[in-house]
Parts: sequence; C-alpha cells; structure tokens
Amino acid sequence: MAMQVKLSGVKADYQLGPIRSPLVLNGVDLTLSSGSLTAVVGHTGAGKSSLLKMLNGLLLPTEGEVQVGDATIKPNHSKKALKEIRKKVGMVFQFPESQLFAETVEKDISFGPLNFGFSRDEVLKRAYEAAMQVGIDPEGGMMEKSPFTLSGGQKRRVAIAGILAMDPDILVLDEPGAGLDPAGKKEILTLIQSWHKTRNLTTILVTHDMEDVVRYADNVVVMEKGKVVMHDTVYNVFADVEKLAEWHLDLPDARRLQLKIEHETGKQLPGVCLTPEELADALIEVGLV
Amino acid sequence: MNKLILGRYFPGESVLHYMDPRAKLLAGFIFIFIVFLASNWQTLALLTSFTFFVMCLSGVSFKVYLRGVRPLIWLILFTVFLQVLFRSGGTVYFDWGPITISHNGIINGVYIFFRFVLIIFFTTVITLTTKPIELTDGIYFLLSPLEKLKVPVDEIALMLSISLRFIPNLLDETQKVMDAQRARGTEFGEGSLLKQMKTLVPIFLPLYESSLNRAEDMANVMEVRGYQSGLTRSNFRRLTWHTKDTLALVTMALLTLGLLLLQ
Repeated sequence: MAMQVKLSGVKADYQLGPIRSPLVLNGVDLTLSSGSLTAVVGHTGAGKSSLLKMLNGLLLPTEGEVQVGDATIKPNHSKKALKEIRKKVGMVFQFPESQLFAETVEKDISFGPLNFGFSRDEVLKRAYEAAMQVGIDPEGGMMEKSPFTLSGGQKRRVAIAGILAMDPDILVLDEPGAGLDPAGKKEILTLIQSWHKTRNLTTILVTHDMEDVVRYADNVVVMEKGKVVMHDTVYNVFADVEKLAEWHLDLPDARRLQLKIEHETGKQLPGVCLTPEELADALIEVGLV
Repeated sequence: MNKLILGRYFPGESVLHYMDPRAKLLAGFIFIFIVFLASNWQTLALLTSFTFFVMCLSGVSFKVYLRGVRPLIWLILFTVFLQVLFRSGGTVYFDWGPITISHNGIINGVYIFFRFVLIIFFTTVITLTTKPIELTDGIYFLLSPLEKLKVPVDEIALMLSISLRFIPNLLDETQKVMDAQRARGTEFGEGSLLKQMKTLVPIFLPLYESSLNRAEDMANVMEVRGYQSGLTRSNFRRLTWHTKDTLALVTMALLTLGLLLLQ
C-alpha cells in the first residue's frame, strides 16, 4: 500500500558533537504523491540527507510538520510513535554496508523486521524474499555466510535486503549506487525500481547522477540551501536549462548533446531529449541525420 | 556523546590559549602533586581560589567545567563514601561493625571531594585551551629524554596524534551507524540494562570493522609515502617558550611554597 508524504513549513537544525549547523532545512514545503518515484538532486550541503532523515524521524523538525501516510511528525515528537513511522519508512543510508553486524547474512536481513515485532516465521519468509529480490540466491549457502566475508557489491545488496525485508510502504534511499561499478549500480537501481513497481511504494531517491534520474525517476526535487526550489516531472526539470545552470546541476548526456547540436546547427530540435534514443529520433525528425 | 567535555578544545583568545603546551603540561603535573598538600582548610582555600582564578583566565564559562565533572561524579562520590565509611578517628557519630562514621572520616571525604574536583577543573582548563595537536607536541617534547632509554617516544607521539585526529571521524561514523540501526527499529537507552547492552552490538561491530579497515589503509598510505619508524624527523610546528610560560611555572612554584608553609 502506497502512502503520501507531505512536508509543510519544515525547518530543522543539525547537530553533530560540538558542531551545530542551523537551518539545514529552511522552510520545506513538499508533497510526494503516493506511488511516485522521486529523485532528489542538489549540491552537497543543500539539505538532501536531512530531508531524508526527516521522513522517518531521525531528525525532528524545529518548526512545521511532516505527514507520512496518516501519521504526523511534529517538533518534540514522542519516541514510541516514531517507531511506528520507522516501520513504514524503510531507509537505505549512503554506504549501507557499514550497518552490517550480524554473524550471518540471514540474521542481518532479519534484524529490522524482528525489531518491528514480526513473528519468526514471517521474518524468515520475508528475509528469503528480500534476498531473492536483491539477487542473493538463498539456496547457494549465502544466507549462512558472515556478511563481513562478502564483496563490496554483495554487502550492499545484503544491506538493502535488510531494509526491503521490513516491507516498508515508503522507501527512502541515499545514493544507493555510490561507489559501485556501473554494472553493479545499474543492477541495484533496476531492482529497486522493480520492487517499487511491484509493491506500489512511494520511493525517494537521492542521487548525483542525472542519468539515474532520467532512467528511474518520475519526478525530480531540486534542493538548494535547505529549500526545495523546484519539484516537477523529469521532462520539465531538464527543459529549464538556465535554472539548472544557476544551481550548478549537470544535464543528462543526451540533453547536453542536444543543446550542443542546437547551438552548432542553429536548428531547434523538437522536445527535450533525455535518452540517446529520444535524441536519435529527434535528429531524424528534423532531418539532421 | 555530546556531553563529553574532557579532552575537548574550545577555541579562544585568552592568555592561556597562547601559552606553550609544555608549560601547561608541566603546570598540570605539578598541580596533580600539590593537590595532595591540601590537607587543611587554609591550603584548600588557597588551592581552590587559585583554580578559580585560572578558570576565569581561560575565558570559558563555568557551565562547561561543571559539565566536565558530571560524567565522573559517581566515581567521586563512591570514593568519598569509602572514605567516610571506613576512615576512623575523632568523634564517632555512627558505629556498626566495620563501618564507622567519624569526624575524621567526614573531613577526609570533603578533602577527597575537593581534590578530585580541583584536579578535573585544572586539567580541563588545559585541554580546553590547548589544541590536541599542541598537546601531543608538548608530550613528545617532555617524553623525549626517555629516548635514551630506548623508549619509542616518536612512535608514541605519532600514535597519539593519529588517534586524536580520528576522534571526529569516529564520532561521525558512530552517529551514522546509530541512525542506520535506529531506522531498522533499534531503540537506544530503553528497556532493561541487558536489553540496552544488546543494542550496542549493532553499533560496535560495524565501528570495529571500519576502524580496522581504516587503520590498515592508513598504514598503507604511510608506507607508500615513505614513513619509516626510528628515523629523526623534523617538525612542522615549532614550540616557542615565552616569558609568560616561565612566569606560569614560577607561579606554580610559589603556590607549592605557599601550600607547604600553610600546612
């Protein structure tokens, strides 16, 4: 079951040790419709990670409120109620393999669902399901291995499976492909996309790679200095070239090539080309090829 | 984690901030010894007012110092109670088997309490006003005579500065791992003691793993950049001894003398 996420007037500070960063979120209003896959882009320090933490109460707002499904997170929220929200919101952190700790892969994947009070049989079933989903074959003895003996890519899969096994309604991912080779990255993002579709989730994905945005997301949220400065479809966001340049954001390769061709030939191509295929079609249409 | 004040540097402009770390370390050592000279009311008063004077000099608010005592308060109270309960002499107020509460016991308890608090205050002044890296330089200098005894002072200093350097990273990482496990439904600081201890495993194991990995990376990088132990190295930061540093040590000597006279 999918859920809507709504932030209204959210402000937040972030504190780590003695260092305090005020207003990492400075008045965020954002509605993510149920069942959407939204990519969050923006510069380092724009508040992307803080926005994600806001969604499952790891960071509480100092002002405003966050609505997740029918639950609302307010400043000074009680801890008990947060657990209910965390059960619904699965969060995959950046480099999630650093959260692995259990003796076996199976135990690590089961850790989350067990914490949320599902029965042992149910947890086991889910763990195997999630492992299959991320491409770990439960029959091949993988479930009994120590997660510390796995390769980097496999660790990442196990960590993501640990979140999927919680069967969240909302999936939040902070650069799930960071540090992986292109093939591994593509595989991970594809499996996340397919899980998103089959389970009808609301998914939020932070990424720096505009190709990922084009390939996987429906909507884009652009963050800048703790605010959401744009929230639109992928097509519309990449149509606005001047604004993106102002925010120092990249364009997808095909779009960049399109602009260059338009500039060199003086001809306007129809539409906004986001993939090589679209660009090829557009070039054929105006007779440049 | 945010409350641990011991060993944290507070940037500032006070005269203490600009003192030579060697002078501060020496003053600290002297202080730890002369605290035991405070065995009557006069000496205690002198030492306390001196400590408060130094705390004022540091320009850091008293609240910060009190926070530094807080994590150790149970240890201090425990020691004080041992003194009060088992020390005999003077008028006896309460007697039950081996446990007696006597006049001397109470007086001693009070002294112990003050000694502890003063030592904490004074050493906190040093760590609050000295950059960790300066402290290591100071320790290195003060330990260097031991090199004659084949003590690897250079390596000890290097180990110290490396560990200090990675404290912020470790804090950062702890926070991340805690957040990640919280997102997986762990609740910290709730439930029975056993339950709370169990919630530490999912934090410590990942931290161990990453620390070991980082140590290995670090060792490799050092080797690649030509680090060899046992060589004489020049230092980028130079320590300079000023008149105020000599003055500080003279003050400490005078204080010791005063305490001895008042005893």
